[in-house]
Amino acid sequence: MTATTPHAAGFGDGTAPSTPAGKAADYLDQRLGIAGAAKKNLRKIFPDHWSFMLGEIALYSFIVLLLSGVFLTLFFTPSMNEVTYNGSYTPLDGIKMSEAYASTVNISFDVRGGLLMRQIHHWAALVFVMAITVHMLRIFFTGAFRKPRELNWLIGFGLFVMALLEGFAGYSLPDDLLSGTGLRIAEGVVLSIPIIGTYVSFFLFGGEFPGHDLVPRLFTIHILLVPGLILALITVHLILVFYQKHTQWAGPGRTNENVVGLPLLPVYIAKAGGFFFLVFGIISLLAGLVSINPIWTYGPYVPNEMTAGSQPDWYIGFLEGSLRMMPNVEFNFIGHTLSLNVLIPALIVPGILFTGLAVYPFIEAWVTGDRREHHILDRPRNVPTRTGIGVAGCTFYGVLWVVGGNDLIATHFHLSLESITWAGRVVVFVGPAFAFWITRRICYGLQRADREKVLHGREAGVIVRSPEGEFSEVHAPISDGDRYRLTAHDVHRPLSIAQAADANGIPAPRLRRAKLRARFTRWYFGTRVEKPSTEEYRESITSGHH
Amino acid sequence: MKSLSTRRRHPLAAFVVLALGLAFAGTLFAAFVSPAASADTGESAAQQLANGKALYISSCSSCHGKNAEGTGLGPSLVGVGAASVDFQVSTGRMPAKQLGAQVEAKQNIFSTQQIQDMAAYVQSLGGGPQIPAAGQYAYDANAVALGGQLFRENCSQCHNFAGEGGALTDGKFAPKLTQTNPQQIYEAMLTGPQNMPVFSDKVIPPAEKQAIISYLLNSRNEPNYGGAGLGRLGPVSEGLFIWTVGLIALLLCAVWIAAHTTKASAQKAAQAAAAGKAGK
Ligand code: HEC
Ligand code: HEC
Ligand code: HEM
Repeated sequence: MTATTPHAAGFGDGTAPSTPAGKAADYLDQRLGIAGAAKKNLRKIFPDHWSFMLGEIALYSFIVLLLSGVFLTLFFTPSMNEVTYNGSYTPLDGIKMSEAYASTVNISFDVRGGLLMRQIHHWAALVFVMAITVHMLRIFFTGAFRKPRELNWLIGFGLFVMALLEGFAGYSLPDDLLSGTGLRIAEGVVLSIPIIGTYVSFFLFGGEFPGHDLVPRLFTIHILLVPGLILALITVHLILVFYQKHTQWAGPGRTNENVVGLPLLPVYIAKAGGFFFLVFGIISLLAGLVSINPIWTYGPYVPNEMTAGSQPDWYIGFLEGSLRMMPNVEFNFIGHTLSLNVLIPALIVPGILFTGLAVYPFIEAWVTGDRREHHILDRPRNVPTRTGIGVAGCTFYGVLWVVGGNDLIATHFHLSLESITWAGRVVVFVGPAFAFWITRRICYGLQRADREKVLHGREAGVIVRSPEGEFSEVHAPISDGDRYRLTAHDVHRPLSIAQAADANGIPAPRLRRAKLRARFTRWYFGTRVEKPSTEEYRESITSGHH
Repeated sequence: MKSLSTRRRHPLAAFVVLALGLAFAGTLFAAFVSPAASADTGESAAQQLANGKALYISSCSSCHGKNAEGTGLGPSLVGVGAASVDFQVSTGRMPAKQLGAQVEAKQNIFSTQQIQDMAAYVQSLGGGPQIPAAGQYAYDANAVALGGQLFRENCSQCHNFAGEGGALTDGKFAPKLTQTNPQQIYEAMLTGPQNMPVFSDKVIPPAEKQAIISYLLNSRNEPNYGGAGLGRLGPVSEGLFIWTVGLIALLLCAVWIAAHTTKASAQKAAQAAAAGKAGK
């Protein structure tokens, strides 16, 4: 590595490489001519910021998932055939169970390192989906999804959905009491689809629930289909990040036309490699110290058994909550039952939530009429409406999530289930609205504070008394760099109807759309905190208000 | 599976042995004298009934009525049996204090003797399930697997897979079963306190009750093989853990890595930035 770079730099000046690595590189270069491309790509610049490393956590936990998953496939039997257990976990001795469950218990107790591997795999799965979620939130709140990165946002969204699917499939494989209960609910959800529900269910389960086909099918989906898709999508995702270049925060010397940071090789690669081991280490530590999914205590799945505390992994929890919160509404319609109590919470609500998430970049672009490329990130406070929408969405999701654990909240905080459910039903509507309103206000407040800082400097914490006896706080001027950072953003303005229509003459049908769009932009950008103008700034200096 | 020798050192062991001894003596005596007499102090049956009645009148009759016929404050105790009294009083539920959604267990205020006296009195009023003999709820290592299956079929929907308890409607709940002693577990099944169904000997025969108890005792003592058990509550506590401890640990690493750059490369980057020509 160290040899490659100087050689590449001195390409053609006749110096022969002396180290073995250098010679090998030279050999390859003379045949493949990769030095030129490598030089360009390996010196690619990546900006440094902790929030740009969230996607990496997702990537590394996915690698951990692949490694530990391969180990598990060697010992797991995806079969619903009934066997009698007689392994070394005696509390299950002589119990009839599926081969899938028996082999999972065997991995836990009779395969060397098996339990550790299972726990690494499962903790890595929780980390994976969490990292994707947090990564996605950072993309959202900083506006990194804006042109030209909308397509990468869609690919990322695809990854998010795939990750949920992958997690659910994996959770369902061991055929323990909790996973069976989860599948039973999934069956109910499929059945609730009007008209075709029953057929789809028979198709998926290969007959009546639970049947013998599902676990082998889920196995194929879980180890081949979805991971393959995820791998392919990650590849495209990263290629796009690479070619579109990474966004960066505003700062002196950082413009929409450049990228300031560290070269991929050697600095970024070294950091990334180190980070991989940290992520791997944290996951292994968790797996070594904290139990996860102890299926032997849940017991094998038997359709007539149930347990309190039946919950899915966290990333499906919002669906569980949505189901638990929904009032029991069912209609009978010419011999067909329309189970709105399942259809709405399990398909329609997440459908709306996810569609909104996927198309948000396009909606924002339409509302704001912004067609420019953006490579400088927004500070969340500078786009209050977007930030408000994001926090409202998180609140909505969060309420569903909390209600998914309503029974545990009830027992731990001595509340009644009904009061939690009712509170949830109210808060799920009121909460997001309130969150939106308060977030926007906080954002405006922060913007005003920034404006103050630019005009009058920051509060130095020193109080002085004037000869007249008046007390005032000393304000220290901020640095040029800070002043740049605080004023680098655009202050957006609502579109006029003419702008909204994107046309010179406005025909009648378009006028209506234009009006709608103008109304939206007014909602989006109507309240603004203006940046200090040059005059204001000059005046603040000359009036000595520091 | 643990052998008896390791179980001997369990804090519960002394208690089990004591209860076993007492109850064994009790049953022996009862077999010879009369069904309702107590052995430990050699009280006569009549004396015991009188003591029991006196205790009952002073502590219980305000709610259950002078003749246990029931009042607006408490149900009739005629026919509930000695087992019900022993369960209710030894778990501290009775005498009830404030009546909320559910009368909860608390510190028991009576001696074993006093409880037996009251139990005998209530038993004499209209029969009902008797206090089980110690042999009926003794730990049986060979019954654990069967007990697990029965527990999942009959109990876990309310009490959770590990007996950690769960919520019911209207602020009621199925309590944790991790502290309850074996005799009380047996009596709970036999009498079905409050919102718990009665599991009569027809539904769950005595041998199966013993199996369930053996399973619960075993699961209490079983280590969490995978590490810290997070309260044995299932995926919710795992999710909570990863979103707190896990996320914070990962973010700290990210911040640390992002902030640490070798001096040389940081300076170079700074110069490049100053020159405004980096990247692209
Ligand atoms: C403050 C009123 C109150 C007092 C005092 C009280 N109880 Fe109760 N008791 C209740 C209520 C209410 C119930 C029904 C709820 C329940 O089963 O916990 C009940 C239920 C019971 C039951 C269960 C009945 C069944 O159907 O199995 C027994 C046994 C019992 N009480 C015994 C006693 C004894 C013995 C005492 C005295 C030491 C006592 N109670 C004192 C209110 C009271
Ligand atoms: C319908 C739900 C339900 C089912 C099923 C159920 N229980 Fe309960 N159980 C309860 C409730 C509610 C209580 C609390 C009763 C009270 O406080 O008086 C309880 C109390 C108990 C207690 C007393 C715990 C203590 O420490 O005070 C034991 C022991 C118990 N149950 C064992 C079992 C066993 C064993 C089974 C299965 C054979 C079972 N239960 C099935 C609801 C249930
Ligand atoms: C398997 C899951 C995913 C992996 C492994 C992954 C990985 C990455 C990595 C390593 C980066 C560059 C570093 C960074 O900005 O964090 C990145 C950038 C990006 N990701 Fe993801 N990501 C995943 C899911 C998602 C999701 C769910 C979304 C949004 C719906 C998304 C949208 C984006 C966008 C728009 C960028 C460009 C960011 C920028 O240039 O500032 N990704 N991703």
